[in-house]
Amino acid sequence: MSSQLAIALNHVSKVYSNGTIALQDMNLTIEKSQFVSLVGPSGCGKSTVLKIIAGLSKMSSGTIESDSIDSQRKSKLAFVFQEAALMPWATVIDNVLLPLKLTKVPKKDANALVEEALELVGLKGFERAYPRQLSGGMQMRVSIARALVTKPDILLMDEPFGALDEITRSKLNNDLLNLWERKHWTVIFVTHNIYESVYLSNRVIVMAARPGRVVADLTIDAPYPRNEEFRTSPLYNQYCREVSACLSKVVVYN
Amino acid sequence: MKKFTFGFNKVASIDFLAPLAVGALALLSWDILVRTAKLPTYLLPSPLLVLKTLISDWGELFPSLMITLQITILAFIAAAVSGLLIAILFTQSKWIEKSFFPYAVILQTTPIVAIAPLIIMWLRNNTFAALVVCAWIIALFPIISNTTIGLNSVNNNLTNLLRLYKASRWQTLIYLRLPSAMPYFLGGLKISGGLALIGAVVAEFVAGTGGSKSGIAYQILMSSYNLQIPRMFAALFLTTGLGVIIFAVLTVVSDFLLRNWHESALKRED
Repeated sequence: MSSQLAIALNHVSKVYSNGTIALQDMNLTIEKSQFVSLVGPSGCGKSTVLKIIAGLSKMSSGTIESDSIDSQRKSKLAFVFQEAALMPWATVIDNVLLPLKLTKVPKKDANALVEEALELVGLKGFERAYPRQLSGGMQMRVSIARALVTKPDILLMDEPFGALDEITRSKLNNDLLNLWERKHWTVIFVTHNIYESVYLSNRVIVMAARPGRVVADLTIDAPYPRNEEFRTSPLYNQYCREVSACLSKVVVYN
Repeated sequence: MKKFTFGFNKVASIDFLAPLAVGALALLSWDILVRTAKLPTYLLPSPLLVLKTLISDWGELFPSLMITLQITILAFIAAAVSGLLIAILFTQSKWIEKSFFPYAVILQTTPIVAIAPLIIMWLRNNTFAALVVCAWIIALFPIISNTTIGLNSVNNNLTNLLRLYKASRWQTLIYLRLPSAMPYFLGGLKISGGLALIGAVVAEFVAGTGGSKSGIAYQILMSSYNLQIPRMFAALFLTTGLGVIIFAVLTVVSDFLLRNWHESALKRED
């Protein structure tokens, strides 16, 4: 794996006008092609990190370094939201086509890109379906295809599988990993699920709330491809226990 | 995918037969009441007499109805187009919306009966245009109000998605705001269709008998002056029938446009 810099956050803070500190002095350096998960209780600012990187939220202080952001942010970054966030009035194909229309990609190229993206997420044959005709898992696949269609360098995912059932979630986890191994984007994956974070990532950042901050940075040193064998291995269990231990130190129940 | 059907099945269904039965029962009771109480025709004509009058006077009533329909359609189209444009303007900035929305409300709450004489006076060379303007004013507000809400109720994540791809104001409008507003806009049209007709009739009443082209309200007015009560009823029925047809047409159009995605137009099997 190369060790080129994908993105670096230096002393990034976010304070809301009411004084709430969403993020306090966050430093995070992510190398290209890393799969990094941000895990933490609600209110720890993990989603805020993604929004700041994506330019959807302004930071109060600090800097971000990244080739993918400095040049043309729009084509290099992609965002997958918590819900599928599809346009209900548009077919699958039109939903996936949207980023290309917005960035004015010529129609001929666009059609090929959409076809490729749908093929990647296993949605061939559903081009003409409307979102309401699809299951939650399929809708999320459309959402991922929409993110991939611009061929991004960095994929920002904000609890994308949080609302799905366990079986669908585990299937999508595997499919996402397979794609990542082929395409090697840099992934920043926000989740509150310890097991998911360990299974997917080569690095897990544990965050705490009030104020939002990083409390641990764990490397998950297990080879890919990962599969059910890894999911039941002692190594996996050990990492889950480590992440869990970090979290239990910082989670305050009230 | 469920097909959009509007055919015999729908006509034969309970949606259609049940209200028909209620209507038949009401007509029957009305007829029995008139017969048993021996009510004079000038107080309440029997439904059969109204029907007879409708047929015999069709040659005068129907052309009048068509004039009212013309006024209604023109006012409705004007309201739909201008209402949509005003709503788009309102949602371009909070400042514009906050500054102008109260005046849209004032337009709505001003009784049209009170300002119709003014409009008719200002446009005294063109009574027809004056009537259209009156009906337009009445039909406008629901479209502005509904569409403004629709344009503002956009999924937050989709808004963020468009911001991520640096969508322009125009792209946001075309790809996100207008489609999101569609169900609201169509809901506004359904209300405004009926209101445009009411506006046209009210304006005709105020314009009175002076106009060269005389709509259905003129017929109602003249019939009441001449104590032709059956004819008055016949004209009234034509007007109401027209209103129902307008609503039905707009409902079919709305359901058709939303058939693939909006909850209101989906048929569900439990």
